[in-house]
Amino acid sequence: MINKIVQSMADAMAGIKDGSVILVGGFGSIGQPNALIAGLIERGAKDLTIVANNSGIGHVGLAALLETRRVRKIVCSFPRTADPVVFEELWREGAIELECVPQGTMAERMRAAGAGIPAFYTATAAGTKLAEGKEEREFNGRAYILEEALRGDVALVEAWEADRWGNLTYKSSARNFNPVMATAADLTIAQVQHIVELGALDPEMIATPGIYVDRVVHVPYGEPTVT
Amino acid sequence: MSVQAAYKPMTRREMAARLADDIPEGWYVNLGIGAPLQVADYVPEEREVVFQSENGVLGMGPAPAPDKINRWLINAGKQYITLRTGGSYMHHADSFALIRGGHLDLCVLGAFQVAENGDLANWSTSDNESAPAVGGAMDLASGTRNLWVIMDHTTKTGESRLVRRCTYPLTAVGCAKRVYTNLAVIDVTDEGFVVRDMVRGLTLKELQDVTDAPLHMAKQ
Repeated sequence: MINKIVQSMADAMAGIKDGSVILVGGFGSIGQPNALIAGLIERGAKDLTIVANNSGIGHVGLAALLETRRVRKIVCSFPRTADPVVFEELWREGAIELECVPQGTMAERMRAAGAGIPAFYTATAAGTKLAEGKEEREFNGRAYILEEALRGDVALVEAWEADRWGNLTYKSSARNFNPVMATAADLTIAQVQHIVELGALDPEMIATPGIYVDRVVHVPYGEPTVT
Repeated sequence: MSVQAAYKPMTRREMAARLADDIPEGWYVNLGIGAPLQVADYVPEEREVVFQSENGVLGMGPAPAPDKINRWLINAGKQYITLRTGGSYMHHADSFALIRGGHLDLCVLGAFQVAENGDLANWSTSDNESAPAVGGAMDLASGTRNLWVIMDHTTKTGESRLVRRCTYPLTAVGCAKRVYTNLAVIDVTDEGFVVRDMVRGLTLKELQDVTDAPLHMAKQ
C-alpha cells in the first residue's frame, strides 16, 4: 500500500543534507510552507541554496531560516517584499549570495528541470545586464538568451488537500510556484491543510498528481494572516 | 507679469483614467504594481476587459469588502483581490508562459525612463544601492504584444524621462509602444516619439522644452 503521509516533522525532513538546493513554494507568504521551513530549521542542515520568489517577511518563515545563517545563497526574483529586514542585513554584510532571476525565467527553469529539458532560449532579459555571461542567439531576427534548468534536491510546497498517494489540490492564488517546484526536485515534501481518503479528490481537480510528491505532512494551521 | 503655465498636469488618477479609455473590450491585460493597477478602477464593468495577475490569477476583480476577504487570493502587489465570474487560477510556470508566449494584448508598467527606440528602464536605478529585484518586469516587458508605460513626464528635479537612450539599466530592448505621462500621450514609432494628445493649453514647444528626445506631432 502506498502511503506518503508521514506522522512527524522529523520524518518529513529525514535525509536532508548540508549543501542541498531547496525549492520553497509561495508568493510572499501565500502558499509558503512555513511549517516545513520550521522543520528544516529544526533539522539543522546548513550551507543551503534556497530558491524562492521572495526573501522572507519580518522574522518568520523564510526570514527565520535566513536568520540561522545556514543559507549560503538565495535564487530569487524579488528580494524586496515588505519588511525584508533579515535578508537586507545579510546581503549588506556579504553573508548571503543573491542570484536575481526574472520571475518567469525562474518558473520556466524549474518547469524545464521537471520536464527533462536541460536549457532553453528566452527573450526575457536579452540585452539587459541580467544576460551578462549568457549565450545569446538570434531566431527570426530577435535576440534570445540561453537559460539552464533549475533543479532542487528538495522541494518544500504548501497545498490545500492531499490523499495518501500524494495527489494535491491548491487554494486560489496559493497555487503559485508550488506545482512547478513539486516537479523539479528529487525529494518533494508537501504540507497540507486537509488529508482526505484516497478517491475523495475529484481527479479533474488534482493539480499535482502524486507521482511528484514523496512525503505529505498534515498542518491544519487555518488562514494566513499576512500577505 | 505672471509666467504661470496655461496648462495643468494630470494627476495620477487622471492619467490612469486617460489610459483606461484606450483599452478595448475583450483585451487581456496585465497591470504592473503601483500606479498601473489604478487603471482597473476606470474600466467600466460593462466593458469586459480581463486582468491578469502574474501570480496565477486570470480575471482579477477589485479589492474585496473587509468581511469578504479570501486570504489565499492576492495580486502581484500582495494586496487582497477578488476573482471575477469567469476567472481562473493557474500555477506560476503557466502564468508566465501566458506572458512570455505573447498571449496578453497589453501590459501597463511604470518606468524611470523610456527611450525613443522603445527601450525601457524600470527596475533599477543604480548598481549597488540595495539588492537587485526584478520580479516579473523583464518577462512582461519582453513578452507582451503592446507595452504601454504610465509615468510622470519628468523626474521630481525636472529631468526628462523620455530620453534618446536610457541611462538606467534596461528592463527590455525596444518594447515600449506608447507612453502616458502627466502631460501627454506619446507613441513610440520607427521615427521616434510621436505626440498623440496633450493636456489642454500645452503647446508642442512647451512639451519639447521638458523632453530630452525629439518629439514629432501625429498627422491629423
